[in-house]
Amino acid sequence: MAAVSSSGTARVTLPTDEQILITREFAAPRELVYRAWTTPELVKLWWAGRRGEVTSAEIDLRVGGTWRYVMVASGGHEVAFHGEFREIVPNERIVTTEVYEGAEPLPAADEPLNIVTFSETNGRTTLELLVQCTTKELRDMIIESGMESGLQEGLDLLEVVAISLQPGV
Amino acid sequence: MARAATTADAFNAVAEPRRRQILDVLAGGERPVNDLAGLLGLAQPQVSKHLRVLREVGAVDVREDGRQRLYRLNGRALKPIHDWVKEYERTWSERFGELDVVLEDLKRKEQGDGGSEQ
Repeated sequence: MAAVSSSGTARVTLPTDEQILITREFAAPRELVYRAWTTPELVKLWWAGRRGEVTSAEIDLRVGGTWRYVMVASGGHEVAFHGEFREIVPNERIVTTEVYEGAEPLPAADEPLNIVTFSETNGRTTLELLVQCTTKELRDMIIESGMESGLQEGLDLLEVVAISLQPGV
Repeated sequence: MARAATTADAFNAVAEPRRRQILDVLAGGERPVNDLAGLLGLAQPQVSKHLRVLREVGAVDVREDGRQRLYRLNGRALKPIHDWVKEYERTWSERFGELDVVLEDLKRKEQGDGGSEQ
């Protein structure tokens, strides 16, 4: 589908009751993957996938710094996400909270964590994005909300909800 | 709404580890409740309780076979969960497809820069 050959598809697994794990290999050294992941102008180019357009990407890449992405989906609705960086090891690991601004606010302690690791072998990078929820209930709720919307509103909304579960940082 | 609630139940039904174990065992074929209790090291009433939840969402069917009741997996009831993960996976695959394009561009620029600097 893509003009440039793809390195494969994302693999999604549910390792524990509180987790979602997304894995993907890229044909590029990890410095570049990390740069594409953490540079606002570059995030704008890929983060919306093919479902819309990123209209704003702000990243204050330091522990305690925040990020915020806004996307306008093809259907016209706006979706925004933000979070706070908890841990940063350049080119290796990023830990950040993630908040979907369209959902009911969660207590700060219950905000899901995104743990991203970049590892390189022979010039290729394996990216792992682990979504760690604080409770099984929260993760189940995320899954349920995704499914419910999908059944009721069709593919587009399901994808928006799915995206809402996992910003790209 | 009823449909959404049913779907939510299916997710809840498999959120419980013991119920997932029961489904795993039933994936290998029909079993009476005693078998399940023995294999999982649980008391029969506990297994029956889990089976009731699984039957309510249609994940497990039961049939009479002489004096015993045999339970079996009904994978179709679990398809929404499978579909959700697949859909989610597709969203990420597309996003990463775009990231591939960005990376190709970065690689080209890196090579270009390296050449001009050396």
